[in-house]
Amino acid sequence: MALAQTKTDALTARTAALTAGGSGWLGAARRDAVARLAAMGLPTKRDEYWRYTDPASLTSATPTPAALFDAGDEAPAFDGIDALKLVFVDGVFDPAQSDDPTLAGVEITSLSQADGVDIHWARDIYGVLETRGQTPVQRPLATLNTAYASEGFLIRATAKAARPISLIYHHTSVTSDALIHHCIKLEKDAELTILENGPAAARVTKVMEVEVADGARFHHIRAQGRDHERRAVTHVFARVGAGALFKSFTLTANGCLTRNEQIIELVGDDGVAHVAGAAVGDGTFHHDDTVFMTHEGQRCESRQVFKKVLMNGAVGVFQGKILVKQGAQKTDGYQISQSLLLDGDSQFLAKPELEIYADDVKCSHGSTSGAIDDTALFYLQSRGVPKRMAQSLLVLAFLAEAIGEIEDEAIAEDIRSRLEGWLQRHEH
Amino acid sequence: MLEIKNLHVKLEEEDKVILNGVDLKIGPGEVHAIMGPNGSGKSTLSYVLAGREGYEVTEGSATLQGEELLEMEPEARAAAGLFLAFQYPVEIPGVGNMTFLRTAVNAQRKARGEDELSAGDFLKTVRAKAKDLKIDAEMLKRPVNVGFSGGEKKRNEILQMAMLEPRMCILDETDSGLDVDAMKLVSEGVNALRDAGRSFLVITHYQRLLDHIKPDVVHIMAAGRIIKSGGPELALEVEHNGYAALLAEAE
Ligand SMILES: Nc1ncnc2c1ncn2[C@@H]1O[C@H](COP(=O)(O)OP(=O)(O)OP(=O)(O)O)[C@@H](O)[C@H]1O
Ligand SMILES: [Mg+2]
Repeated sequence: MALAQTKTDALTARTAALTAGGSGWLGAARRDAVARLAAMGLPTKRDEYWRYTDPASLTSATPTPAALFDAGDEAPAFDGIDALKLVFVDGVFDPAQSDDPTLAGVEITSLSQADGVDIHWARDIYGVLETRGQTPVQRPLATLNTAYASEGFLIRATAKAARPISLIYHHTSVTSDALIHHCIKLEKDAELTILENGPAAARVTKVMEVEVADGARFHHIRAQGRDHERRAVTHVFARVGAGALFKSFTLTANGCLTRNEQIIELVGDDGVAHVAGAAVGDGTFHHDDTVFMTHEGQRCESRQVFKKVLMNGAVGVFQGKILVKQGAQKTDGYQISQSLLLDGDSQFLAKPELEIYADDVKCSHGSTSGAIDDTALFYLQSRGVPKRMAQSLLVLAFLAEAIGEIEDEAIAEDIRSRLEGWLQRHEH
Repeated sequence: MLEIKNLHVKLEEEDKVILNGVDLKIGPGEVHAIMGPNGSGKSTLSYVLAGREGYEVTEGSATLQGEELLEMEPEARAAAGLFLAFQYPVEIPGVGNMTFLRTAVNAQRKARGEDELSAGDFLKTVRAKAKDLKIDAEMLKRPVNVGFSGGEKKRNEILQMAMLEPRMCILDETDSGLDVDAMKLVSEGVNALRDAGRSFLVITHYQRLLDHIKPDVVHIMAAGRIIKSGGPELALEVEHNGYAALLAEAE
């Protein structure tokens, strides 16, 4: 079927200033993506997958300007965590602000320097996991990224990394438009933690492809900055091997538009994949978590835990699917999406889905939306806890299950204190 | 200590009157008991005193040590020394019992202009008091009341009371759900707190509890009013004869 003219026009406008350059494997992957993208076009809000989130500002020719944000004296997220720091400014890697990218057990190459270099492992991942993630649902913005991103990192862990890698994304230009693409490979039994922090740009389109080989352990914790006006669409494509672990947690506080897609395949037996998120928003805040979890191996466990706190007309979206393929026996799948509406103006739209083709599986999903429990609030107040403090306690309690998905206690504490700070600033 | 005068209360949302002119005066160091049929308004009285929303006071007043209670926020009433042990203690998933206790103790100290308790002092105190009530360390770590048995919840209420050291303690059916041994434990906990400056209002259906916690005065509540007051023998009378005769007498 021919693509609607509007879609083609939008694509032409969006990519006018972009080039899918490069030679060798990278150039080939980009050209392939350009061709795939031409066949798909860019998404519009009439697409089923974008029913709850209007992608217009993500597909427009130029980004909507986003004011810079001053976090005052709040330290950046993960500042206290001993990590190898790699800094991007408006989506461009800045070696001057970064640590020397050498880390025992890990190979790190900037995507901007990968052209023409034969990095055989990356060739099997770059655009490859993204392509796999295009069925059954198309994700053109990820393909756009594969085609045109020239910034990002190729990271390969061959053993247990000595420290986490911290990717830091500064936003310094009101009109910056960033395309960032990371490929991460954990070889058998390797272990790596990736931290991400910052808004990145006025608009950011991001892809992270992660291959977790058998027995490897991957931890991903990110905080998407505090800029109110930034827009972000991010994709994590992961393939999880036998006995491997994949864990991802996202904190989103503020940001007028966020769409976080996570597409995860449990391809080996006994794999584990947990994705979690805590999102807090006030006013013009639209936050969309879209997850697609595929069980292929046997005895795998997956968890999706997404919690949103919404006030003053903020909107939360959750589209989450668990697909259990034929033969994926003894699957243990869990999905919970909940929102706490601090006033009557905010809304939460949820579309949880289960699709199961194996007969011996355990899958549960639930979605709730509600206000603060008045009875619990009164109970706390009756013990002398001031109302506002009681509310904050209950909000943090609501978020606890998601934060509990972070294994590292110091990182979890960092996230918790950020949420406490946000709640204090937004006491109602 | 606590003085309630001609208290009339209706539901905020509907035209349903629940309290119909309650008068009650409890002196310092006194223990009063309230008994009365189901639905007579006992819990409502305790909620209104503690400041729960949803009720409208249409007439009357309530003062704690001379301070007008009904105008205060619930947390201010607590800081002023009021404590309600709930008939149905509330479960709060995600908030640890220890965190809850420490937050409450320190919030009240702060409201009274006192220094916060150090983490060490707090722990020591809580452990000692929990031990007396046979509340184990594991229960202290769990979220507030979540997964607690009925009796454990009631003991947890008494632990909170012991930690907060209120002046005026209202116990709403703290005996219900307790086994014989737990009832003794809880009564001992309450009796240990009895002193000349602390008063109790014990709501119960059973004379049993009053064998352990000896009341100075027993009140009978019916249809939102105190219809009769007397000594401990009044509780025995209820135990033997039920409410019928008392209600008829009050008509
Ligand atoms: N929020 C409310 N909404 C509707 N009815 C209420 C509410 N609160 C109290 N009532 C009603 O008011 C009356 C008194 O209730 P209350 O709980 O005070 O009784 P009680 O004396 O404590 O009874 P019990 O011995 O069963 O605990 C009951 O008829 C109850 O149904
Ligand atoms: Mg009652």
